[in-house]
Amino acid sequence: MLDYLWLIPLLPLAGSALNGLAGKRLGSSFVTWVGCGSAGLAFLAAAAAVLDLVRAAPQNREVLISYFTWIACGDFVAEAQFLLDPLSGVMILVVTGVGFVIHVYSIGYMHGDGGYYRFFSYMNLFLFAMLVLVMAGNFLMMFVGWEGVGLCSYLLIGYYIDRKSAGDAGKKAFVVNRIGDVGFILGVFLVFATFGSLDFAEVFRQIASAPVRFPAETGVGLLTAIALLLFVGAIGKSAQIPLYVWLPDAMEGPTPVSALIHAATMVTAGVYMVVRCAPIYSRSEAALGVVTVVGILTAWLAATIGLTQTDIKRVLAYSTVSQLGYMFVAAGVTAFSAGIFHLMTHAFFKALLFLGAGSVIHAMGGEQDLTRMGGLRRYAPITYRTMCIAALAISGIFPLAGFFSKDEILFSAWAGGHPVVWAVGLATAGLTAFYMFRLTFLAFHGPERFGDDVRHHLHESPPSMTIPLVILAILATVGGFVGLPPWMGLGPNRFAEFLAPALAHAHRPETHEISHSVEFVFALVSVLAALIGIFLARYMYVGNPAAAGLLAARARGPYTLLYRKYYVDEIYDRLLVNPIVVVSREMLWKGIDVGIVDGTVNGVGASMRVWGGLLKYVQNGLVRSYASWILTGAALLLYYVARMRG
Amino acid sequence: MQITHILSWLTYLPAALAAALVFFPGGSARALKWFAVLGSTGVFLLSLYPVYHFDPGYGGMQFVEESAWIQAGGYSISHHLGIDGISLFLVALTTFLTPLALLASWNSIAQRLKGFLICMLLLETGMVGVFCALDLVLFYVFWEVMLIPMYFLIGIWGGEHRIYAAVKFILYTMVGSLLMLVAIIYLFLANGGTTFDLLAVYQNLESGRLVLSHRAEFWLFMAFLIAFAIKVPIFPFHTWLPDAHVEAPTAGSVILAGVLLKMGTYGLLRFCLPLFPAAAVAAAPYLSVLGLVGIVYGALVAMVQPDLKKLVAYSSVSHMGLIIVGMFAFTLQGLEGATMQMLNHGLSTGALFLLVGMIYDRRHTRMIANFGGLAHNSPVLAAFFLVVTLSSIGLPGLNGFVGEVLALVGTFLRNRTYAAIAATGMILGAVYMLWMYQRVFLGKVTDPANAAMGDIRSRDRAVLIPIVIMMLWMGVYSAPFLRRMDASLELVQKRVHDARAPEGGYQVRQLKTPAIRKSDGR
Repeated sequence: MLDYLWLIPLLPLAGSALNGLAGKRLGSSFVTWVGCGSAGLAFLAAAAAVLDLVRAAPQNREVLISYFTWIACGDFVAEAQFLLDPLSGVMILVVTGVGFVIHVYSIGYMHGDGGYYRFFSYMNLFLFAMLVLVMAGNFLMMFVGWEGVGLCSYLLIGYYIDRKSAGDAGKKAFVVNRIGDVGFILGVFLVFATFGSLDFAEVFRQIASAPVRFPAETGVGLLTAIALLLFVGAIGKSAQIPLYVWLPDAMEGPTPVSALIHAATMVTAGVYMVVRCAPIYSRSEAALGVVTVVGILTAWLAATIGLTQTDIKRVLAYSTVSQLGYMFVAAGVTAFSAGIFHLMTHAFFKALLFLGAGSVIHAMGGEQDLTRMGGLRRYAPITYRTMCIAALAISGIFPLAGFFSKDEILFSAWAGGHPVVWAVGLATAGLTAFYMFRLTFLAFHGPERFGDDVRHHLHESPPSMTIPLVILAILATVGGFVGLPPWMGLGPNRFAEFLAPALAHAHRPETHEISHSVEFVFALVSVLAALIGIFLARYMYVGNPAAAGLLAARARGPYTLLYRKYYVDEIYDRLLVNPIVVVSREMLWKGIDVGIVDGTVNGVGASMRVWGGLLKYVQNGLVRSYASWILTGAALLLYYVARMRG
Repeated sequence: MQITHILSWLTYLPAALAAALVFFPGGSARALKWFAVLGSTGVFLLSLYPVYHFDPGYGGMQFVEESAWIQAGGYSISHHLGIDGISLFLVALTTFLTPLALLASWNSIAQRLKGFLICMLLLETGMVGVFCALDLVLFYVFWEVMLIPMYFLIGIWGGEHRIYAAVKFILYTMVGSLLMLVAIIYLFLANGGTTFDLLAVYQNLESGRLVLSHRAEFWLFMAFLIAFAIKVPIFPFHTWLPDAHVEAPTAGSVILAGVLLKMGTYGLLRFCLPLFPAAAVAAAPYLSVLGLVGIVYGALVAMVQPDLKKLVAYSSVSHMGLIIVGMFAFTLQGLEGATMQMLNHGLSTGALFLLVGMIYDRRHTRMIANFGGLAHNSPVLAAFFLVVTLSSIGLPGLNGFVGEVLALVGTFLRNRTYAAIAATGMILGAVYMLWMYQRVFLGKVTDPANAAMGDIRSRDRAVLIPIVIMMLWMGVYSAPFLRRMDASLELVQKRVHDARAPEGGYQVRQLKTPAIRKSDGR
């Protein structure tokens, strides 16, 4: 069973290599077939694998296949191996499924681009790296995927190599991620130092089976340290405070990239990692607290920034940061399956939002500024309708996908005894609905704020782009049904049940039953908050268009603060980036290296020359000079002998 | 098939090729180049023999050959060669890089071609000899022999300030090697004054027949250390390196960065650690700190370099710093990571210098500010450069990662703070390499000279493809490389470990009565 598991990641790798090496020569239809074909086949293989998994009994739903030893040095052994269990099963379906759809969309979006083969090669490479990440059976393999997706992100953000801003953004993404990665790898080292193994199975088994080894004082501290170090990596990869700054800039990449990498899959890797390491996190109150606080703060902060941004993709980027915050909140309150649930539904509706935005940008000839759109629903009806579905889904309107996952997170926060987290999360849900419909109304409703030249070529996108929109819209509508909450009276949460075996080693806190009617009330409140946000947006951007400008003028200070994103980028530049460069150049290089160190070396050389210069007078070739030296020497010798005698 | 005296073949075949070149008719440049490239390729193929027949389970010396060389007045200097898991791949690295460096110089060396080829081949003999020599005097001879062709390579075929750089290079290195010579003679006398054989010294130290006093061990360690520290180079002995690299021709830089620097770290592993373990243990904290300074300082200074070659040179300081830190953690992972990192650095930095040379041949400048947008007109060059860049910054899946992660985890097991500081090199490496890459290859083409610059052709690809293949191989399937190092490094680790006081920590062992033979005639 599952002998073909290696095919899932290797198919996209082969596609990437083929397109990268030969795609330029063989033309765009070859590139299309290879690029989309490998993604599609990977999806089929993933679907078959998950079906096989479902057919097995729940306790047997874990397959680990080792292929060869990658690194072995003493106990430090990492096999090249792939793991399939319910958790990675969900992930590979999302990655290859959404990935395939976005690949198809890219055929239309990237049509005619000079680097078409390069684009598909990178996209396939990304799928490979992401699949390695989620199918890794040990920490080091996970790190391979972890850095691999970072590389693809770098390549694809900087895809338009002409633009300096794209190059800057790609570099920023890579470097900021590297900061996180250092934390992650140190966490892996601490895992190895503590457990003597890098394998998930072995490490989690030790944690779960030997609580004695981790007495309250030291053991939990160690687990907390591991959890926090790994979490630094998650903060970088999943764009949380304080390392979220790379993600909005990452919108420099082509829109399908934003949809696949910077919304649906890569940025969720941090959430996946925390859930994968649930046995560690669930045993450290402190680490869970940090995860929750970082998550909820990021959710709130990013949502507030999203209120004022005018670039359609940047609104979505901050929205992604915010939604990732929700997922961490879920993990932080040990509702791990709710986190993965939201990860999945978010992949559907956020990919849809980005692809919809891409369709808008495509139609408008590259325009991304919301203030220069308006009234587009007449020109792009399919895009408009699917975007509306996505906006409703992310706002958490019943019965779309986002409702179920977000509601489960918020309720878990309350049930886990975090009322403040719940309240902030609820308020954030209101903000989310507001900025999402602000975007929708600004783009598709109201007067047209663009010139005739733009109107002239406005068009709905080709089918290769609209069909993916429709598919994702369907998923965003029904995707939540896999995890219906128990209060609906339709049985237990099937999604949570399916994931349960993968979370078996996690520590389960005592939970007290809360009646279904209470849960229902909470769901009602969530929907209410979203509705308020939507109606507020409708009032400000459709009913009374002057209101938004008026409010911005009234609250100049807060508005500017939000619009300038709390000045975080500027602060980082002033306090960190610029000082490091200046100190390196002026002090370290010109001061210490050239001045002091090399100066000393050359100084020794120069002093040798001075001594030589003095000594050369001894050897001047004049006989009388030599005679006088002989005389002096003889006199000194005589004096010395006389003194020795005396 | 069995080849006897394989190490002699590997060592002296390049010199024989050089000698043959002397008698070559000087007229046909192509024939000369083909002869040198094919000949050194033959040497490389020959060096696969020991790799293939190496016994990974045995940590001692293999393919050993020994014959008397100089015998006089009761002492003997032997021609004693052998390799173990430490030197095996360093020999292969040398023979691998030499033909590639020659091939890369195909058009860039127009004057005194024959002399250039002879220097390169003699250099190869010196380098292979250093890695194979098991007699202290023989080692010293090869160590010095190798300096002379390098001196000429920089001084004759170098850039504008080549004389300054060449003199600085040779003086700096000579200072170190003189101290080493003194230490070798002292060690010879202390060991009974009969043999310079390294393995005999190992044996006598182990059996307790040779016991060095605390002070003697310290000073011997220091003498060897300074010779090697200059070569590595360990901060603050590094300032010869940027000058030498900037002035050296491409092939010289490749060999210098790829192999010569490794001799310093190799020397530490071969001599300083096993011969003077107590002193090494005592010095470890200081050397680790110097290594850490090298990592951070080298990276920060590399970041602000305006010249591509200087940037790569300072990045070497950073990378070599990690090797030092990993090595002086004395854990198996640290030692093995350091050894692996020597190979990785040889490949990636060698390749970087090759690439910079290819750019220089086309654009006649190395100033980063003069470039921009090269990826438009040289996409193949840009792609190769990217892969090598990624190898250099330790992306998993390529070779650099394996050495880096082992060195770091080895350090982590000894000292977590050191490991955390060393790990910042991962960030800084990405900063300076990607920033450089962006300024050279990305963005719009602003200078018409960059637009006119052609892409690399088949000969350059033939140089780069083998390197990229090795990078992938070593990164994806590292175990076969690591396995061959295991046993030898375990021996080194054991020697160092035995020198430690039982309660652990950095303490010098209690010494027995000093048993140095008083041979100074007083």
